[in-house]
Amino acid sequence: MNRIPTGGLIDRDISIPFTFDGQKYTAHPGDTLASALLANGVRLMGRSFKYHRPRGVLTAGSEEPNALMEIGEGADRTPNTRATTCEVYHGMVAQSQNRFPSLKVDMLAVNDLLSPFLGAGFYYKTFMWPKKFWEAVYEPIIRRAAGLGRLSGQADKAVYEKAWAYCDVLVIGGGPAGLMAAFTAGKGGAKVILADEDFIIGGRLNSEKTEVDGKPSHRWAAEMAAKLREMPNVRVMIRTTVTGAYDGGTYGAVERVADHLADAKGAPRQIFWRIVAKHTILAAGATERPIAFPDNDRPGIMLAGAVRTYAHRYGVAAGQRVAVFTNNDDGWRTAQDLLALGVTVTALIDTRTDVSPDIDCPVFTGAAVVGTSGRLGIERLSVRTSDGAVQQINADCLAVSGGWNPALHLTGHMGGKPTWREDIAAFVPTPNSIPNLIAVGAANGNFSTLGALKEGMAAAKAALKDLRLKQVRPHVPVADDAQGAVAAYWHVPDVKGRSWLDFQNDVTVKDIELAHRENFRSVEHMKRYTTLGMATDQGKMSNMGALAVMAELTGQSIPETGTTIFRPPYTPVQMGALGAGGAGKGFAPERFTTTHDWAVARGAVMIEVGLWHRASWFPAAGETHWRQSCDREVKMVREAVGICDVSTLGKIDIQGPDAGVFLDRVYTNMFSTLKVGKVRYGLMLREDGMVLDDGTTARLGENHFVMTTTTGAAGPVMSHLEFCAQCLWPELDVKMISVTEQWAQIAVAGPKSRDLLAGLIGDVSNASFPFMGCGNVSIGGVNARLFRISFSGELAYEIAVPAGYGAALMVELVKRAEALGGGAYGMEALNVLRIEKGFLTHAEMDGRATVADLGMSGMMSTKKDFIGKVSSQREGLLDPMREQLVGIRPVGPVRQILGGSIMVDVDAEPIRENMQGHVTSVCYSPTLDGMIGLAFVKGGHGRIGQTIRAVDLLRNLDTLCEIVSPQFHDPEGEKARG
Amino acid sequence: MRIHCPHCGERDHREFEYLGSAKLLERPEGGDAAAFHDYVFQRKNPTGENAELWQHVMGCSAWLHVVRNVTTHEIIAVKLARDVKEAAR
Repeated sequence: MNRIPTGGLIDRDISIPFTFDGQKYTAHPGDTLASALLANGVRLMGRSFKYHRPRGVLTAGSEEPNALMEIGEGADRTPNTRATTCEVYHGMVAQSQNRFPSLKVDMLAVNDLLSPFLGAGFYYKTFMWPKKFWEAVYEPIIRRAAGLGRLSGQADKAVYEKAWAYCDVLVIGGGPAGLMAAFTAGKGGAKVILADEDFIIGGRLNSEKTEVDGKPSHRWAAEMAAKLREMPNVRVMIRTTVTGAYDGGTYGAVERVADHLADAKGAPRQIFWRIVAKHTILAAGATERPIAFPDNDRPGIMLAGAVRTYAHRYGVAAGQRVAVFTNNDDGWRTAQDLLALGVTVTALIDTRTDVSPDIDCPVFTGAAVVGTSGRLGIERLSVRTSDGAVQQINADCLAVSGGWNPALHLTGHMGGKPTWREDIAAFVPTPNSIPNLIAVGAANGNFSTLGALKEGMAAAKAALKDLRLKQVRPHVPVADDAQGAVAAYWHVPDVKGRSWLDFQNDVTVKDIELAHRENFRSVEHMKRYTTLGMATDQGKMSNMGALAVMAELTGQSIPETGTTIFRPPYTPVQMGALGAGGAGKGFAPERFTTTHDWAVARGAVMIEVGLWHRASWFPAAGETHWRQSCDREVKMVREAVGICDVSTLGKIDIQGPDAGVFLDRVYTNMFSTLKVGKVRYGLMLREDGMVLDDGTTARLGENHFVMTTTTGAAGPVMSHLEFCAQCLWPELDVKMISVTEQWAQIAVAGPKSRDLLAGLIGDVSNASFPFMGCGNVSIGGVNARLFRISFSGELAYEIAVPAGYGAALMVELVKRAEALGGGAYGMEALNVLRIEKGFLTHAEMDGRATVADLGMSGMMSTKKDFIGKVSSQREGLLDPMREQLVGIRPVGPVRQILGGSIMVDVDAEPIRENMQGHVTSVCYSPTLDGMIGLAFVKGGHGRIGQTIRAVDLLRNLDTLCEIVSPQFHDPEGEKARG
Repeated sequence: MRIHCPHCGERDHREFEYLGSAKLLERPEGGDAAAFHDYVFQRKNPTGENAELWQHVMGCSAWLHVVRNVTTHEIIAVKLARDVKEAAR
């Protein structure tokens, strides 16, 4: 056991059982999976991505590249979870990944022996031949061998949520800088959100043996966090990672609400937040970077800062005999702290020659680690001393520090490039990379505790000033002001063996050298050629080292070499959180008519039309096929009377003294001349001359119209009308509003419709209610609107009632229709009825058709301007050989037509070059006893009576057709007027 | 992006729908085909600031004249399209 007898922010009185690879262990509250495993003496935690090298934990934070685990069982299993941030809960089941059959004995480690063939770019070189082997042989093998964790393959049953938050000041990171910033901004009265990815506020204050204001730093942090939680204007969000910075002060963040609980008790597992902040203070700290040397990836080799975190925060000694390898003063701290805790430090190896650390252990300056050994974990290391001699040192843990990189990633999310600072050998955020964001403390390259406190306070004061809030002067705590000297040192030169840069993607110094040799020298090329920095840690550990190696090779400086662009997310975000609310139906809107429940109760088969659910057909007793129902319903309308809910058509109420003029400008035909109490069919164009939509508009009063649109175009037409009214002709006194859902509208169609209504309303004869008439009527005391319009071609009416009466009206109408030998009909019959009449839907008005193409040129008024008029007269649109709408009927032995078939001449080969058009709508017409269709045919209006073929190559159908008028049934329109 | 609707206040861009260049306000009078060709089809493709039309579809339905930096997505000014159109007369 490696647990130090006392200390740490863990509750030693409580033991939490968990398993790792089937083995039982215990942890304490406050432990991460990584700290618990280290405490239990487990160093080997994973296998590397490509070479299956044994790997241990490298860090103590979210930047961890090695210790990735599968957590949970069954559908709950989550792969690639970083053990360093994963809190242990009671009964947690953790498994290592990417190994076979076990972590200790991994057969795939054979890859490591093959490494000479698997270097950077091996994909492009090694497996080129024979070509067909790629998909069949090589790729499956490589995919099997390389990889991370496994998905459960089952639906995720966890609940995720999305939420919005707004604040004056968003503070990212709860270390000394963030705490001081949040406290200052909070005192000044700003609405503050403090977000920290950790489960305890404090950042490095929890990881160091240091004092703030005379107290242990972790206690000071806890007290500050408690004070912040008491402020009503401050929201402290722990376990919350700000993952992305976007424009407009919007930030993405993931809050892990229940990942750390054995039982979420209904709470969402994670919440994806969008936080909108007027000001942002980036206090995300810094991440330590490793030094590359041969076999620097052996379990037990860790970052020096992480070794201190495990010691101070978790009470865990990462080893019994620890060596430290550093290029900076901060590494010394690790040696000092471990000695103070009674841990043996076998060596302090500093790359610098001009330093003399006063530490009670063997010290080597101007020295470097040139190799390590040990089975499944480090046992010895080789040190090349300043005189060139190589010395063996025993150690079961090697703490490495190559300096610190400010966690500036968010400042790159809007394309900002960082600035190089030679004195700290690191990139720092360039000011104003994100509007209204200030980086402070270690994230800004200021590594002293006091400096962080001061910068946090100053940034908050600046925000308060800008927000015109109260200026405050909080007490600046007493704290350590040491910055710690560093001398850039990236990799140990003149060594044999592989020195790892990117632990997660198995990229070594040699791979960078290879990329350089093969001329992939720009950082973006190097990254993609070697895959460096492309793993889930996004190169947090590796980027700097690789840049430095490339800079050396090209003879450029590091700032000249540049850095790759950081993009969101800062740490991986689960798809479940991003897709919160989207599983299954999610929040997708659905629209139901007022007769929906009635239709379902009647056994109607429902169909989705846009967002609407509509009755498709109403099966009668004995009917087993939709066609039986549909044919019966069509006949019913043609011979008796049918009832259909048509409420889904868009209804737009248009009022104002200029309403008539307005409609003249949006429709191709005249509406200002329409008499009150009459309805007119209209066509609406886009400004490019193509048909936008059609429908009827009724004039209910001098200044009052009600427009109907097709179901699908209701929204776009409303938007278009608003555009015309607000953007083109604001001088017109006209207002409009959608009333689609306020009115239920039901069609009563068929020769017996007048008889039906006579009993319900009274006289609706041609004399009192002529074709295309409209007016107010009373039905059972309810004020209703009656329209004499027909989408079936029969004598027909539509009745509109306030939506609350829709269902009652439907029941009454269907009862009366059934008494007359009719009944309800659905969408299938409605479609057949309109095809028989050649009426349009958006299958015909497909955005490519002009009024002339549809054979309706007579509707283009010459007396006025209207939207699309000028453009509709463009030369190409007047070509007589454009595809024009016609009807088609089979005349050969094949009697079927399929929608979407292409039209070709009788003797032409059915290829694209010979295409004469396509079939838009098709149905079996019980009225005409045969298939009929609507089609676009080149020059079709002049080809009536000719034959043509409708060919469907996918469904293997070739039908000889006659081109006919699209008005198949009652072309003179006598029935509707009857 | 955050767009400040003159009626409703500052809202996330998800509440709005984008149409295109504010040039669409300048519909030609009369029947000149060349003028309509220019109006319907010709657009500048600037980097930096661009005047655009957006509609607050999930709010008040107002059409807005939005000056936006298309490189940084900074919203520089928002007015009612109606007001801009009337001011131009």
